[in-house]
Amino acid sequence: MMHAAAVPPRLRVGLWLETLGAWTLAIAWVAPLLYAIWAAIHPTGYAARFDLLAPLTLDNFTAAWNAAPFPRYMLNSLLLVTFVTGSQFVLGTLAAFVFARSTSRWTGLLFALVLVQLMIMPDMLIIENYRTMRALGLVDTVVGIGLPYVASAFGIFLLRQTFKQVPRELEEAARVEGCSTFGILWRVYVPLARPTYLAYGLTSVAYHWNNFLWPLVITNTVETRPLTVGLAVFASTDQGVDWAIISAATLLTSAPLLLAFLLFQRQFVQSFMRAGIR
Amino acid sequence: MRGRATLHAWLMLGPAMVLLVAFTHYPVVATFWHSLFSTPRGARPARFVGLENYDVLAADPIFWQALTNNLIYALGTVPLSIALALVMALWVNGRIAGKAALRVAYFTPTVLPMIAVANLWLFFYTPDYGLVDRLTQLLLGWGATNWLGSRETALGAMMVVAVWKEAGFFMIFYLAALQAIPPVLYEAAAVEGASRWEVFRRVTLPLLGPTTLFIAVNALINGFRLVDHIIVMTRGGPDNATALLLTYIYEVGFRFWDTSQASALTMVLLLLLMLIALAQFTFLGRRTHYR
Amino acid sequence: MLVTRRAALGALATSPVLAAPALRAQTPVQITFNYPVAVGGPITKVIDGYCADFGKANPGIRVRPVYTGTYQDSITKALTAARGGDAPQMACLLSTDMYTLIDEGVVVAWDELPGADKGWMDSFYPGFMENSRTGGKTWGVPFQRSTIVMYYNKDAFREAGLNPKTPPATWAEQVSFAQKLTKRQGDSVSQWGIQIPGSGFAYWMFQALATQNDVRLMNEAGDRTSFADPKAVEAAQYWLDLSTKHKVHPPGIVEWGTTPRDFFERKVAMMWTTTGNLTNVKNNAPFPFGVAMLPAGRRRGSPTGGGNLYVFKSASPAQREAAVKFARFLTEPERAAQWGIDTGYVAVSPAAFETPKMKEYVAGFPAAAVARDQLPHAVAELSTHENQRVTKALEDALQSVLTGRVQPAAALTKAQEDAERILRSYR
Repeated sequence: MMHAAAVPPRLRVGLWLETLGAWTLAIAWVAPLLYAIWAAIHPTGYAARFDLLAPLTLDNFTAAWNAAPFPRYMLNSLLLVTFVTGSQFVLGTLAAFVFARSTSRWTGLLFALVLVQLMIMPDMLIIENYRTMRALGLVDTVVGIGLPYVASAFGIFLLRQTFKQVPRELEEAARVEGCSTFGILWRVYVPLARPTYLAYGLTSVAYHWNNFLWPLVITNTVETRPLTVGLAVFASTDQGVDWAIISAATLLTSAPLLLAFLLFQRQFVQSFMRAGIR
Repeated sequence: MRGRATLHAWLMLGPAMVLLVAFTHYPVVATFWHSLFSTPRGARPARFVGLENYDVLAADPIFWQALTNNLIYALGTVPLSIALALVMALWVNGRIAGKAALRVAYFTPTVLPMIAVANLWLFFYTPDYGLVDRLTQLLLGWGATNWLGSRETALGAMMVVAVWKEAGFFMIFYLAALQAIPPVLYEAAAVEGASRWEVFRRVTLPLLGPTTLFIAVNALINGFRLVDHIIVMTRGGPDNATALLLTYIYEVGFRFWDTSQASALTMVLLLLLMLIALAQFTFLGRRTHYR
Repeated sequence: MLVTRRAALGALATSPVLAAPALRAQTPVQITFNYPVAVGGPITKVIDGYCADFGKANPGIRVRPVYTGTYQDSITKALTAARGGDAPQMACLLSTDMYTLIDEGVVVAWDELPGADKGWMDSFYPGFMENSRTGGKTWGVPFQRSTIVMYYNKDAFREAGLNPKTPPATWAEQVSFAQKLTKRQGDSVSQWGIQIPGSGFAYWMFQALATQNDVRLMNEAGDRTSFADPKAVEAAQYWLDLSTKHKVHPPGIVEWGTTPRDFFERKVAMMWTTTGNLTNVKNNAPFPFGVAMLPAGRRRGSPTGGGNLYVFKSASPAQREAAVKFARFLTEPERAAQWGIDTGYVAVSPAAFETPKMKEYVAGFPAAAVARDQLPHAVAELSTHENQRVTKALEDALQSVLTGRVQPAAALTKAQEDAERILRSYR
């Protein structure tokens, strides 16, 4: 907005202080990650001692990798996230389209019902949802972990907001060209909502990749446990915490998401902006 | 033609609505229903007990403590994480050197699984040789503090972790909103010779209103939902100092297997959330940007 | 005609009987065995090995191990599965889950199983059997068992002018040793004398103190507790005094999970923790360490801990027979000795400690025998009906004492009242 040359000296001090503040906060914010890296690449004896000359090692990674079936957990997490986010997209798109275009009083009422879930999330209904899953025979399945989240009020709400901004004229034009309802949705609405999908998709992926309490409750075996639950089971031992191995496991398991964010962070913020999530 | 469009509309709404009802609306009703029965155990089937489960709750000091803790937790983390998120967004949107790096730094907690970081925070809070104690020793000359092991500090320590986890995520929303503010407005303010503070107060802040509301609602829900780190780090201890409603629900439901009691607890939590929703609707409803 | 007919009928009648053994040889009896260990850990390899060896020795039986994570996960999994009609046939679960499993009606007593004779069931240390029996029946067979011992830093002992060969033997000595071992500069302490962790397993630690003060915290039927007994209050006071009066123990609650690390970092010179930590300490302590029996108050004492083997009602007669065979196989003295050496858990029978292998191991690593020597003083781990709830009442009381909020007598009286209310319906 303003050029540095035009800034008076008082403000320059202010800027300097702000920079200091911003960086201090940033260091505090990445401290756990930095610590995890430190602990993971040094022998376990150095987990609590910061000695620059400490010997480096990759043993913690191999130990963590061998100590628990992380590839399996990662596959489960991947399946879960794909299932949840994919279904959220499909169901959310269909529902949002109706909510965005219908003027009926009934859909207004239904939309109010949808919004209830913004407040009362499945995380709080673990007792009853567990009962339902048992009745459906879905305890200890990946579908069981994901199903309560598949219809997402947040997703429907966001997509409805985006769809509402699509000009009616575009839809009319497509209809004149002979597009069916689904054709219009697929050719007109979905492409225009791309930033919303990206922003919401990343949020959803981060949420389900990191979700813990419900997966903890609903899974019992290696075949279904996502990474978070696997990590928790792995870290809780009678024999005390071994930070070196836990750090290595943390890095191994968060690496995919961290990398994805580093690569896409610019697009991520921009899509948030364009999606009108503000 | 008209009928067919309606049919289409129902078919498109159907799947989402069925699942929503099955996993949000039905469980709310079922939770209430089950909270009126006793927990079946072995040979003893469930029987109708009316409001007995609620009476038990009212007489349960741990419940009251969890409720108080939860209110403190929510009221503490919500303003703090919002304020921090705003400051962060202003910084990474401003003139500070290394904005891109800062943005990544602030956002990392969102990407790391809470369950994993909780163990790292456990180290930070370890008395004496933990990172927090080393810093306070170095900067303030304090002695060892048992952050997680004393009633006075444990809840505060949990709140810090929650704020750390959330602020960066909310920052993204603010950042998107800031970048959407037309530069013309700032230029106009500059022409009028407004100070930076005035610009912030008169231009930026009002335009961020809807975003703040959106974030506030999310933060408030998280205030009742974000408990992973507590389950790993303190399990609600010491002496229930960090017990929250959801951790207590988990404990009663899945450790004591007293599902009826847990249902009554869940109802209290839902009631609280409904009150919040109602307050938001009546006091702030007009200012939201939901159309 | 008649004769041939009868012969034919006879052949028909006998054919299933004849076919049965043949069938059994073709499709072996399979039992699912749930084991409480995080998947992939070193112990899984040991258990996998046992199952394979057993299968070789008993071609008619196949044991399929399923690793179910922590004890907490394992009981949850077992109960959920049992309710859904999909229970394992056998599982290793906490000895303290006995009443829960009985109340849920999912396990069978070993006495009712074919092949589990009294001689075998009496071959274990009586200290372990206390947690396996109630109402005159044996519900669990000890397997993955532990107890509490004291680990101490021999270097720190030398520095403080103490003999590293003589750990404290009484409560008074424990305090005076800890005073010598506490290093203080002004307000800050660089090394504490002693740590007794108060999170995670506070009730277990407290039970050791209570036992040493000669009070039993619960009865054999698991429906009465005596948390408010004056001797129990005294025990809690002793624990509190370590930090408040003698100032040799860090104030507040000491984390269970970080205690071994505190010990390795020389932040504490003596710690109480499970024998299950033996291997961990052996591998990670950067100084010579000693392992000792817990010091005596009015007497010596420690609760046992760890897991027992249970057989589930869902097992068919053939599976029950197989389960007993497998349990006997696992607890054979030779194998129990090797198990103890490999894992650090306490071998469950005196016979195991008489095997040459074990004798040789103990001679080279005397620390391994400390837990055994303490067993005659050991009592059953705190376990009642609705165990988790009763334990939590006690745990909350202890934490309120250690954090200085409530006096021991008041806190334990409250815990006792809670326990009374919970247990009333089980009498």
